[in-house]
Amino acid sequence: MAAKTLTIDGHLVSARPGETLLAAIREAGITIPTLCHLDGLSDVGACRLCLVEIEGQRRLQPACMTMVSEGMVVHTNTPRLQAYRRQIIELLFAERNHVCAVCVASGNCELQRLAGMVGMDHVRYEYLSPDCPVDISHARFGIDHNRCVLCTRCVRACDEIEGVHTWDVAGRGVDARVITDMNQPWGTSTTCTSCGKCLLACPTGAIFPRGVTVGERPHASERIALIVDARKQRW
Amino acid sequence: MDLHELEAIAERELAQRPRLRILYCSATGCQASGALEIKRRLESLLAETGRQVEVDVGAVGCLGLCGRGPIVRIEPSGETFEHVKPDDAAEIIAALDGHSCDVARCDQNHPFFTRQMLIVRRHCGLINPDRIEDYIAVGGYRSLYHVIHEMTPAEVINAITRSGLRGRGGAGYPTGLKWATVAKSPGERKFVICNADEGDPGAFMDRSILESDPHLVLEGMAIAAYAVGAEQGFIYVRGEYPLAIERLQKAIAQARRHGLLGAQIFESGFNFRVDIRVGAGAFVCGEETALIASIEGRRGQPRPRPPYPAESGLWGMPTLINNVETFANVTAIIEKGPEWYSSIGTEKSKGTKIFALTGKIRNTGLIEVPMGITLREIVEEMGGGTPDGSPVKAVQTGGPSGGCIPASLFDTPVDYESLAAVGSIMGSGGMVVMDAHTNMVDVARFYMEFCKDESCGKCIPCRVGTVQLFNMLTKLRNGQAKPSDLSKIEELCELMRETSLCGLGQSAPNPVLSTLHYFRHEYEQLIGAEGNHGS
Repeated sequence: MAAKTLTIDGHLVSARPGETLLAAIREAGITIPTLCHLDGLSDVGACRLCLVEIEGQRRLQPACMTMVSEGMVVHTNTPRLQAYRRQIIELLFAERNHVCAVCVASGNCELQRLAGMVGMDHVRYEYLSPDCPVDISHARFGIDHNRCVLCTRCVRACDEIEGVHTWDVAGRGVDARVITDMNQPWGTSTTCTSCGKCLLACPTGAIFPRGVTVGERPHASERIALIVDARKQRW
Repeated sequence: MDLHELEAIAERELAQRPRLRILYCSATGCQASGALEIKRRLESLLAETGRQVEVDVGAVGCLGLCGRGPIVRIEPSGETFEHVKPDDAAEIIAALDGHSCDVARCDQNHPFFTRQMLIVRRHCGLINPDRIEDYIAVGGYRSLYHVIHEMTPAEVINAITRSGLRGRGGAGYPTGLKWATVAKSPGERKFVICNADEGDPGAFMDRSILESDPHLVLEGMAIAAYAVGAEQGFIYVRGEYPLAIERLQKAIAQARRHGLLGAQIFESGFNFRVDIRVGAGAFVCGEETALIASIEGRRGQPRPRPPYPAESGLWGMPTLINNVETFANVTAIIEKGPEWYSSIGTEKSKGTKIFALTGKIRNTGLIEVPMGITLREIVEEMGGGTPDGSPVKAVQTGGPSGGCIPASLFDTPVDYESLAAVGSIMGSGGMVVMDAHTNMVDVARFYMEFCKDESCGKCIPCRVGTVQLFNMLTKLRNGQAKPSDLSKIEELCELMRETSLCGLGQSAPNPVLSTLHYFRHEYEQLIGAEGNHGS
């Protein structure tokens, strides 16, 4: 199959067939915000931050799950998209208890970086301030649900790379929570291998190593993709 | 099973049927108001006088006027009684014998009945949903025989396309086009799914079809499976419909026993098996990709489309997914022809649509009307207006995805395009009537509460947006809102409509936007209620 040529923000770009629009956009040197996407994991199109305008299509499409096609004309950064992205980040900040000033992940957090990227300087929505638990029953790791953004990267890393599916999601709407095994304390999980891939995948300080401050460790989500690549090369 | 055997069953059934019959509605509504007790009283009275063979007391499906149940009809006179009580049993038996009787009668000449056009509901109230023989006696499974032995799959799809049938689940996608896409999509196996996860508040059309005439849906599914090349079907029915599930299970077992489902149907090479999957109570599972995930045993969450299920659906295979009412239209189109079907309705919306008429309305129940009928005819003539005679204020169509249409627009014809043009949708058929006592902010808040509880939580705009909107509407209702809050509500509605992942989030703002459009003063009054805080 021949390579595809498409127009992204006025620039002609070539792309491999079967490649996602997000990959093509990045290759063109354009940065758009993403949150639920993580290189090396499958895509779910849940965070809606990478939505782009495609000419001739009525609805906005998530770049991470849209395949490139010949002659596609894409706009990644229109004022409308900028406004939506900012609103989405505001909704996230209002949903749980994200207080950067007192958060150990401050300076090491994708949500914080995204807020800067979309220019969110204050939140116009009412804080929901839910009462979220912290689970430190695991010997090496902990999870603070106050900082979870439900991106499900931990769920996919655990399922797709480690292959154990300790993590999943339970509940609906704002009551949804990531859970371990049958919604039991992490430390009592019989499937968890303590591999720490969920920790690598987590964009915020929700999943953290015990005994180390989040500020001390580098943000290492890209290691997920390295693991996937390493496996490909060996086989 | 062949055509002769089918005819023999029908003849036998008609020959042994007693002339005198008392038929009671056995659908959920009438059962809840005591239909089974009436049946017991009738049977014991008849047994006392030794007439249990001469008179048949039979269960039938929904007779339509659910608000006046339990409903009982006697044959051959055809008289129909409403609000029947167990103590009325003796009087009804007297009426059967031609004596006078004081039990209230349904006025069969009322527009509620005369304005209806029965296609999907043509057997409702005539046949016993628990007996396949009843269905065969009214001509059932002839269309399937005709299709398998006398038509090619392409001819079937062509007939459906020419009929102009559109999806009855709400969005109105052309059914023939969907069938053709599935038929043409490459795949080792193909599937047919019937979406019976009816969940809109105030909607009970699909439940009534399944409870009253389950074989009609099975036959429609089998014809679809033949047309698209599927051998396996699923009916995804919500767990809150126990009677529908029970009747479907019986119907599937009967059809299999008669060789009308399963392997080598009508002694042809066509195989089609149907299984039931019961939903566990999530509204979002009515969304097709979430429904498919649920059948696969995964968490019922939608995924972005494309690819559409027609291309990549159940287990990645081409999958035809239609609503109950859509499948229920199929046999009539095959039987009477696409030209007949497309002669009914408007230019772009063909056939009939069933609506569940509820709320502040005199005649609560199910109506099947030709497309293009106006809202005024439905609400005022058929529904009889409000119970206390006060003017109707608005009607809500399409459930949490739809909008409120004010009385000033009641001359709008009921078809997909016209309803969309006034800011609502056809939806699956819920129609909630409101009078002057209904505050429209409350209505919007009610539907937003529903969406907030039913949001699956996958995408951010729907998960958090519904809660924020609900909280803002609550504040407004309590007189604590600032004038700037209205524009904030509108802004958030736009975000949800444009960026949510699936139809639930995309259409969740509709009840707010339509009430803001037509009843903005009610919102503004509430801002004024506590004094104007803002500038």
